[in-house]
Amino acid sequence: MSTAPEKTKKQEKDEVGLSQSRLILRRFLRHKIAVASLIVIFLITGLAFTSIGFGPIPGWWPLTFQQLNTPVNGGQPTLSLIPKWAGGEGISLGAHPFGQDRIGKDNFAQVMRGIQNSLTVMFVVAAIATVLGTIVGGIAGFYRGVVDNILMRITDLFIIIPTLVIAAVLGQIASGAGLGVGVLFLGALLGLFGWMGMARLVRAEFLSLREREFVDAAKMAGASDRRIIFKHIVPNAIGVIIVTATLLMAGAILLEAALGYLNLGVRPPDVSLGGLISQNQSSFVTRPWLFWWPGVFIILLTLAVNFVGDGLRDAFDPRQSRFRPRRRSIIAAMFGSRATGAGMRPSDPTSPRGDEKRSPEGTV
Amino acid sequence: MLSFILRRVFVSTLLLLGATFIMYLLTAASGDPLRDLRESREPNRDELIRIRSEQLNLDVPAPLRYFLWLSGAARCLIPFANACDLGVNVRNQQVTELLPIALGSTIQLLTGATLLAIVFGIIIGIVSALRQNTGFDLTVTFLVFLMFSLPSFFIAVLLKEFIAIGFNDFLADPNIPPAVLIGIGLVSGIIWQSIIGGDRRRRITVFAVSALATSGVFALMDAINWFRFPGIGPVALPLIAIGIAILTTTLFAGLQSRRALVTGLIAAALSIATYFSVQGLFDISTAGTIIIVGSILTAAGIAVGFFAGGYDRGVYMRIGGVTAALSFIVIVIDRFMQSWDDYFTDRSINGRPIATVGASTPTLDGDMWILGIDSFTHFLLPTLALVLISLASYTRYVRAGMLEVLNQDYIRTARAKGLGERTVVMRHAFRNSLIPLATFIPVDIAAVVGGAIITEQVFSISGMGQLFIRALSNVDPNPVMAYFVIVAVVVLIANLIADLSYAVLDPRVKAPQ
Repeated sequence: MSTAPEKTKKQEKDEVGLSQSRLILRRFLRHKIAVASLIVIFLITGLAFTSIGFGPIPGWWPLTFQQLNTPVNGGQPTLSLIPKWAGGEGISLGAHPFGQDRIGKDNFAQVMRGIQNSLTVMFVVAAIATVLGTIVGGIAGFYRGVVDNILMRITDLFIIIPTLVIAAVLGQIASGAGLGVGVLFLGALLGLFGWMGMARLVRAEFLSLREREFVDAAKMAGASDRRIIFKHIVPNAIGVIIVTATLLMAGAILLEAALGYLNLGVRPPDVSLGGLISQNQSSFVTRPWLFWWPGVFIILLTLAVNFVGDGLRDAFDPRQSRFRPRRRSIIAAMFGSRATGAGMRPSDPTSPRGDEKRSPEGTV
Repeated sequence: MLSFILRRVFVSTLLLLGATFIMYLLTAASGDPLRDLRESREPNRDELIRIRSEQLNLDVPAPLRYFLWLSGAARCLIPFANACDLGVNVRNQQVTELLPIALGSTIQLLTGATLLAIVFGIIIGIVSALRQNTGFDLTVTFLVFLMFSLPSFFIAVLLKEFIAIGFNDFLADPNIPPAVLIGIGLVSGIIWQSIIGGDRRRRITVFAVSALATSGVFALMDAINWFRFPGIGPVALPLIAIGIAILTTTLFAGLQSRRALVTGLIAAALSIATYFSVQGLFDISTAGTIIIVGSILTAAGIAVGFFAGGYDRGVYMRIGGVTAALSFIVIVIDRFMQSWDDYFTDRSINGRPIATVGASTPTLDGDMWILGIDSFTHFLLPTLALVLISLASYTRYVRAGMLEVLNQDYIRTARAKGLGERTVVMRHAFRNSLIPLATFIPVDIAAVVGGAIITEQVFSISGMGQLFIRALSNVDPNPVMAYFVIVAVVVLIANLIADLSYAVLDPRVKAPQ
């Protein structure tokens, strides 16, 4: 990240003799905001899964997201963060840290359950879409010709269906499944229809990598297609795949929340962060905490995942950093090349994010 | 070229068939359209089930039912035959009759939002690229990043549940406290000095002037109770028209070109004359009259430019036309504002003008100006939500495109020739930086037809998105399919237009074989 010209020389000296993955890890760790975001994601995940427990495993929070409690003090949040010496009531959670809704359900437990569901959908979607997209894109890019044509037309076929439209239909299908299973099912369905962007990017990457000298050399040495793909091309394309996967994750969180809001994804009795906002919409004026807490966690998660993606992009492809501004400021350091536009190729409107041609050899 | 288009149309048709087939099966799998009847306790339940099964062909398995549906939908291709058959919904209404209403309110909502997002996206993107790595640029970048991480319903609900109330309270008793006045001035000063840039002294001057001017204008508006009785009036309107003329001239030709400035000012004078002469006509006019008057005025502006002649006739015509058109928009806004008081005090509005639900006040009655204001107050918040969301991606595209263009050799050449910064930016960089947008805008406009599913849901506007979501929730397959087929066709056409326009605009792109 810190690649202002005066530092470049020193950095290059540091990097001599390190393996590619060490270099990437180092560059990622230098991206302070990305590292902080990663910690935030871990903290939120930990909080969500330990507090109310997951499945049969109980958590440390006494209330469940379904049980009705007696409303206390109009459902006001009891969370207090101002210490006593500053004139507050001391740092404590209280009985209902995020307040209660109209019928007395504990908002904290509900929000935690919503985060669990968001994270589950996020990981399932990203895993399935990444694997599918890499396979389709890889085969199309490596074999070219008829195979490429057929696979890309299939991709086009799915791409003309707008994401939210197909997601809504899939959410409607998934909502038939039971509590707990429905989320996994929803994630799986969304993943099955969410691989097209990944396939296009991976294909472009394979198309350029397969023409490179090291692939020719491997061919000359008699390596099989499988060996060339998995040992030579995939390691070089891994940057694109990982960065696109993080963007898929951010998209999946927003999509799940939107479906929850439309009551088409995760439905009551289970909880979605978007669903919480939609169910309590009528009482926001009297109980604003029912709006802010789920909203804050959606934004926090998405923003953190986006920042991690940004950090990974810089780590995998530092070449863009060379065109980085001379003047370094905190915000420039935060946003890196993607946000400052240096890495964006405006000629490809279909994917505003994560669509850069790169040659990983150039990273050394 | 023709063979390219034909081939694309053929491939698109196949894609459309495949996609509709997939969607049909998924829609069929999304639920049982008979569910509500099966659970009902009506005595004639079996009869109802039989009738609905017949209407929706439910006894045919879904893959075959698709072809029944397709044969009806294919008849839409016969021109002028009016034989379109997209099936019926569960209440036995023809889907083709539901669509025009929904399409109408969606287009009404989204046209304004899309245009505003494009215009502001281009302006902010360009300024942000020209002031790369300044405070302004980094703030814009940060906001764009934030917008990408915000769920759209979050913004919409925020506007609806919190902003609308505050805004209505403000309009009921429009009083700006002095602290807020100073705050507005400071913010505006900070924004302007970061846009104009320059050395410290210039920045401080810009900051002071813009802060004072903004605070002053707001204080004046507050003093004359402008927010309760808004208007532009015969004093401010000529000033605005002249301001538009000077601004347009500055952008297109530079103020040192006397002939351009005179052209702009004549166009402004024409607009001012129009303002005073059409007031009586406006009271009895319809939308058609206004469009005609506006077109005549714009044509007159272009004509002024034409007769100004000279070696740069095209530029003068542009200045005249743009000045006249923008001034006319101000004239129309002024007329709307004249009706504001009648609207505000109407019994069905009751002093709370900013609406959060629906597309119009059902009990309201009045001429087109009153009804126009009614649409405005209803669409204000949803439009704001949509603009905020789509502004982010436009800003980023334009900014990235502009930065790329500014690094090109021909820009360096233009500077080396000694051209002024304005000419370099407006004539050489700006136009080329917009080329990538040619592929982006058609697809975005296609999305307009699909409606803003979430925004429509939040603000209860019965557009296309609502049609889709309602049908999907009620397990009503035919409206879902009709919605999808329309969106898919428009998206495919938009993609074709985008590819073609790119090839036309950018000679480096190989013309399609």
